Amino acid sequence: MTTATAGATATAGTTAPVLAIRDLSVSFPTETGTVSAVDGVSLDLAPGEIVGMVGESGCGKSVTAMSIAGLLPGSARITGSVRLDGTELVGARESALRRVRGQEIAYIFQEPMTSLNPVLTVGRQIGEVLQVHERMSRRAARARAVELLTLVGIPSAAQRVDTYPHQLSGGMRQRVMIAMAVACGPKVLVADEPTTALDVTVQAGILQVLRDLRDRLGTSVLIITHDLGVIADIADRVVVMYAGRVVERAPVNDLFAYPRHRYTAGLLSASPQPGRHAGTDRLTEIPGLVPVLSTQPDACTFADRCPAADERCRDAAPPLAGVGGTQHLAACWHPCTMAPEEANR
Amino acid sequence: MTPQPNALEIEDLVMHFGPVRAVDGVSLTIPRGRVTALVGESGSGKSTVGRCVVRLVEPTAGTVRIAGTDVTHLSRRQLRPHRSTVSIVFQDPAASLDPRMLVGEIVAEPLRLAGRRLSRRDRDARVAPQLERVGLRAEVARRYPHELSGGQRQRVSIARALISDPMLLIADEPTSALDVSVQASVLNLLADLQRDIGFACLFITHDLSAVEYLADDIAVMYLGQLVEKGSRERIFARPAHPYTQALLSAAPVADPVRQRQRQPVLLGDDLPSALDPPSGCRFRTRCPLAFDRCATEVPAQTAIGDGMAACHLVQPDGTGPDVRTADPSEVLS
Repeated sequence: MTTATAGATATAGTTAPVLAIRDLSVSFPTETGTVSAVDGVSLDLAPGEIVGMVGESGCGKSVTAMSIAGLLPGSARITGSVRLDGTELVGARESALRRVRGQEIAYIFQEPMTSLNPVLTVGRQIGEVLQVHERMSRRAARARAVELLTLVGIPSAAQRVDTYPHQLSGGMRQRVMIAMAVACGPKVLVADEPTTALDVTVQAGILQVLRDLRDRLGTSVLIITHDLGVIADIADRVVVMYAGRVVERAPVNDLFAYPRHRYTAGLLSASPQPGRHAGTDRLTEIPGLVPVLSTQPDACTFADRCPAADERCRDAAPPLAGVGGTQHLAACWHPCTMAPEEANR
Repeated sequence: MTPQPNALEIEDLVMHFGPVRAVDGVSLTIPRGRVTALVGESGSGKSTVGRCVVRLVEPTAGTVRIAGTDVTHLSRRQLRPHRSTVSIVFQDPAASLDPRMLVGEIVAEPLRLAGRRLSRRDRDARVAPQLERVGLRAEVARRYPHELSGGQRQRVSIARALISDPMLLIADEPTSALDVSVQASVLNLLADLQRDIGFACLFITHDLSAVEYLADDIAVMYLGQLVEKGSRERIFARPAHPYTQALLSAAPVADPVRQRQRQPVLLGDDLPSALDPPSGCRFRTRCPLAFDRCATEVPAQTAIGDGMAACHLVQPDGTGPDVRTADPSEVLS
């Protein structure tokens, strides 16, 4: 496999990344054979950086996220390396991983109601984290829980601390999840579709909380989403995934202004833009379907849907390589050189 | 010549489920061939309006007229002749297509329910052009829904909805369960079919970018009531109601440079309950501009062009403060 040769390039200047993923591959045995979910993903997360990972369902973004702190089921076959401040996590003992989770790497997920315990007050749930990881007394943990609820923007936190999850709105529950996640001051927060189940007026508030945490506590955030609007709002850098591979990686402004991979360009022009109406405009469709892969082929996985694909794309997998600057990488033999509007014509 | 009746007329529609006041006095008209988007957040009652129109539920009060016929309280038997005038496409095609039926049977089912007895050959002959019209090959008729992708399944739902040539299509979040690239093809398809066939459409969604792409008119719903109505151009250019303004400001645009210059109006996460909606204006508990009168007096609907806004701060000429730029302390002094 030669997919991620350029993956090891350092990201931002001289700062050592807090999280360094190298050549991560994950596959699952199933009744009908092995499914390759992630293939050779490399990614750095600098301290205080917000990286957005975007892709459609089945592209491997959630599996990548889960594999960081060993949250995948035992049947998953994981190769490659995930280093947190230099410490290898792939293949680490469960006891070591348990210390890492919560204390160093914390997660929030799409649906807060399924992640919260319905029979405990939110204060007890946040307190539990502190009692276990920080060995706080129950009373001290409760006091800290109130502080944390205030930090994530929950009004009248001193009262809310004694409520049960069902008494809160979806947005409030997600704030509680964030409070619980940052209770031990993790270096890395992995947010997997944190606003997908929420209304837009609530989403804006949750994104603001994530940004505040980064600004105030210096937490690095890996946010996983299918929503390009969320990425445009919050990410410093963006990783685009397709069929298990990173197809493009760039600072956020570069990616939206000059997408180089045709899949990225396709995604951008597929979403309706402000001021456009069906009477005068057509949305760009990406023909074909996302492939389900048993083994990752030595070819570009997007070739069958790509307007620019030729022999070479079907014969060899393009490496993730620099296109116009060291910060902008694309895994494409024929990267686009035009604005997204024209790229698909 | 008598004027042709509107495709849909809803008057003072009320739908209560026990103590839950899901829809509380909604009036909405869709002329023939127009697309009206019904926009609102989860729990606003927008899907319930759609379900009342196709009479999946019987409204508590009010009137629903489809193509001039009052269907509000018709029995199942009485409804049957009107079933072909209105169709619905649901959000999740995996859940709304019977997994044990072949696609051909699914698409032809509205004809069967209308009492037409069709031979297998006649049925196939009716189904094939429908499938082609939604961009599927005729062979798909012999497949089961689980053999299709999400986008293909939604195309099957659309083919089924349109086989009876309805005057009105209810599309309830038709693209929300689909990936971005598939969403684009389904939105294009709906736009093409609507233009070619000319059915009227009630497009129920929370996705404002899809609304701008597809809708002619927009109705904004909050907690069981409409707060604003108007043309697409007017609502996007000059939203009058503070809730509409907040909604538009909160929806992120896929352009980092522009998005980061915008200031979303943060409304607070605590949505009031439809069990016990706030007195006066229902939006007042989250409205940055609320003042005393909002708690005591239900705002009247101020006419703006063909539309309206229900807010005390909107002037008779349709102008008013904008929460996206206004400093609340200045508005009220």
